[in-house]
Amino acid sequence: MVSFLMARRLGMALVLTFSASLALADSPANLLDTYKTQAKATGGAAGDVARGQSFFNSTHGNEWKCASCHGALPTGKGEHAITHKVIEPLAPAFNAQRFSDLAKADKWFRRNCKDVLARECSAAEKADVLAWLMTLK
Amino acid sequence: MAKNRYLPRFQTITLVAFLGLASFTAMAQSSAGLKGAPAAFNTECTSCHIGFAPGLTGEANWRGIMGGLDKHFGVDASIDDKSRQSISAWLISHAAKGSQYASASPEFRISKSNWFVRQHDEVSSKVWKRASIKSPANCGACHGGADKGDFDEDRVRIPS
Repeated sequence: MVSFLMARRLGMALVLTFSASLALADSPANLLDTYKTQAKATGGAAGDVARGQSFFNSTHGNEWKCASCHGALPTGKGEHAITHKVIEPLAPAFNAQRFSDLAKADKWFRRNCKDVLARECSAAEKADVLAWLMTLK
Repeated sequence: MAKNRYLPRFQTITLVAFLGLASFTAMAQSSAGLKGAPAAFNTECTSCHIGFAPGLTGEANWRGIMGGLDKHFGVDASIDDKSRQSISAWLISHAAKGSQYASASPEFRISKSNWFVRQHDEVSSKVWKRASIKSPANCGACHGGADKGDFDEDRVRIPS
């Protein structure tokens, strides 16, 4: 009886722990939703795949594109434009770590957009790029 | 019996907490890099370049570098204050102390330190430009153990 209770409680506790970690985990899909919601607040349509691809592969008044380090089709490895360190694939289907943490994604968007555009990216731009990256399979 | 009912629950919670802790510890240990480096060093600094060993330069250069991360050799490498402080404290406490390595260099660049230039004076500019090397920041191209702080001259292998 005691062992049955223990097993049941252990099972419940594991289920609770697991579902709590699932609820905490971000995914590319809910990051995209977050950026779309943010973009809607400023009135823009967002999540345009073609616009995302073009944004990623264009310069924006400076020397670099996103593709300068990540590659034009970021399903494979890229290379840092200055240090030449290998950069793991950016497309989430090819690298499960990508866009699995909103704070981390926002940190890299903030830094890298400043390098490419000399400003931060808008929520609509982030949604466009992510929408395109999510189509790469 | 009524008292005993709490025992299994306590054990369950302990077990779950232990499992959680164990997986956390495993995650922390799985990040390779320099011995004793704070977790933030391995997640932040080594995303874009190898982890440069703190003893490669002195406190003055580290302070300069860590004080200007938003303009870090041409890129924005800004990080949160907590990470910056833990990385800075570790770099400075393990920085080079002897005057040969510790003096500040132009742009706080390790590769513009007198010792670095002197140590590499037999490497021609043609060699530096090889596709397998490309940058003096790419220490690991010739120093296989650079990411672990090993720059032993006997283990240098210059790639073709």
